Amino acid sequence: MPRDELQSGDPGRRFDYAAAFTAGLLDPDRAPPDAVSGPNGKAAVKRYAVYRNNVTVSLIDALAASFPATLRITGPDFFRAMARFHVRETPPTSPLLFEYGRDFADFIERYEYAKSMPWLADVARMERAWLDAYHAADAEPLASGALASIPPERLADTVFVPHPATRAIRSLYPVATIFAANRSDGPVGRIEAGGPEDALVTRPGLEVVVRHLPPGGAAFLDRLMAGELLGAAATAAFAERAEFDLSANIAGLLQAGAFTAAHQGE
Amino acid sequence: MSTRSTVSAAFLAGAVATALASFATAAPLTEAEAKAAMDAGKEKCFGVAMKGQNDCAAGPGTTCQGTSTVDYQGNAWKFVDGGTCTTMELPEGRKGSSSALTRDIPS
Amino acid sequence: MNGLAIHPASRMSKTSRFPAHPVAGLAGTSFKHEHLHAILGDDPKDGFFEVHAENYMGAGGPPHDALTKIRRDYPVSLHGVCMSIGGSRPLDKAHLGRFKALVDRYEPALVSEHLAWSTHDTTYYNDLLPLPYTQATVSRVADHIDEVQGTIGRPILLENPSTYVLFPESTMSETDFIRELVRRTGCGLLLDVNNVFISATNHRYSALSYLADFPLDHVGEIHLAGHAEQEDDEGDLLLIDSHDGPVADAVWKLFDIVIGRCGPLPTLIEWDSDIPDWPVLKAEAAAAQAILDHHAGSYYISGKAHAAG
Repeated sequence: MPRDELQSGDPGRRFDYAAAFTAGLLDPDRAPPDAVSGPNGKAAVKRYAVYRNNVTVSLIDALAASFPATLRITGPDFFRAMARFHVRETPPTSPLLFEYGRDFADFIERYEYAKSMPWLADVARMERAWLDAYHAADAEPLASGALASIPPERLADTVFVPHPATRAIRSLYPVATIFAANRSDGPVGRIEAGGPEDALVTRPGLEVVVRHLPPGGAAFLDRLMAGELLGAAATAAFAERAEFDLSANIAGLLQAGAFTAAHQGE
Repeated sequence: MSTRSTVSAAFLAGAVATALASFATAAPLTEAEAKAAMDAGKEKCFGVAMKGQNDCAAGPGTTCQGTSTVDYQGNAWKFVDGGTCTTMELPEGRKGSSSALTRDIPS
Repeated sequence: MNGLAIHPASRMSKTSRFPAHPVAGLAGTSFKHEHLHAILGDDPKDGFFEVHAENYMGAGGPPHDALTKIRRDYPVSLHGVCMSIGGSRPLDKAHLGRFKALVDRYEPALVSEHLAWSTHDTTYYNDLLPLPYTQATVSRVADHIDEVQGTIGRPILLENPSTYVLFPESTMSETDFIRELVRRTGCGLLLDVNNVFISATNHRYSALSYLADFPLDHVGEIHLAGHAEQEDDEGDLLLIDSHDGPVADAVWKLFDIVIGRCGPLPTLIEWDSDIPDWPVLKAEAAAAQAILDHHAGSYYISGKAHAAG
């Protein structure tokens, strides 16, 4: 009581138990805070280490749950070590754990020991997009035939509203194939060297769907998701990939449920 | 298509008409068809790469408990082991590495 | 479920209200998505389910679909994990808003949070961290409880923590601290009997003495869970609140004593790691229900009917 009264008379210097307690939670080399002890003044090194361990293990577990294909590719030992470095460097800022891991792919890209797997970061990006789609707002996808009611001369000025779950992933590697092989329960067969793959992730109902995007498809979708007019998005996609197939892309995006509405832009 | 600096309204209308017509004539691939196409390595255009699996990988939940798992940091961070990495023949002729890089190992 | 339950005749939209399934006298379990299919196949639909609020703070998707299905048929307890009521900083208003939205949306039978904290400044530590018990902290925690209760428009149940360290700063016992919070805020209590046993073991005091000092009249829910054994710096027993196995015999005995004193309170089996198949978890809840029912006769003429709604 005396110490507390002393401190409460001077709020600016009040002992901040939380600041003292958190200082060593992510730093295994730090001694436990002076402010804690065991019963009867016993030492609290192992006791404090319980909290440190809870924080570290639970956050590594959280990344393992969000990035199961990445984990399966690297094996648990490598993954957990990689995740531990990331947890200590970039702990979560939101209490919603399904939001954690937004920086994990960038970390993997920089992680020295993952450099022999240059495609691994893109797999992680895909897993992050998958989890975003999983938790995204529910919305009814735009009906496939909705464009039929737009006068042909106005089509170029059409703007599409993306489904809240829709994400486009671009990769120099066969990311969708690697992702799919490592997210399913079955054995992972040999994945032969494939070319670059772009992918669409969305969730028209309750199931997250991942689809391959054809050449230019990611550029097209990115532009449409940014609110560009259909004509401008198509032009950009042709500019990026001459073999861009406009009708196949329109059909594929509508069929996948990538949008919720279409309306006239200015 | 460098000559096509902008997409003409007529071209766009034609593409949309083709897209709409495809809905009328072609039912979506069934899951089995999509899988067969993928297995054959042909399905690169809007093929379903993966669907479902919501139950087995739904991401993390919060915890209100401690863990009895003790975090042990060995030298495992050097090695890819026990994963599927080694089964993949990937671009640049690289195979997933099952051994440590030999350079720049931090102290 | 008792005869008061009203089952909806058809699918309900998000804006529809749910049946007011009463929770009094029931044993329940943590709701885990992998059990959804098995649970929906159960008949009769006994017990209740508790969910961690934060796992349903996404915008949409399968979590809300699953919880909606569960809430149609069962009473639901909304258990907040991350409010940091015991923290040294102001509550996160955005998080409080999300919590209120869930209370409004799912109309839970029980709403609870922890006497602990997990966020400090901008970092979320994903563990329930301890606080010293002083006049300064009791005032701040009481303010936080007032703020939560004022925002959601109903009292919460505050859960006693399991702890591994003590603060020499503390000037109050945990039970005095909790009693003072009840007095100041009117909140109810969630008595985690496993936490009592863990903290008593870890800090070398008697769990029975703790319970004798605990304001049992204000308890609205009981938690039971399994724990793990480790060692402290001296090689003495240190229990970890791991929720990864069956409830220990000693905890069942304490539970029996508590229910003998308090009557059949809603009781939850928490099992959050190494989650077993549904029948195993359900059997653990049935064991709790048997103890509740055993003591029910001496408290109520007709079992669970007194607290509908």
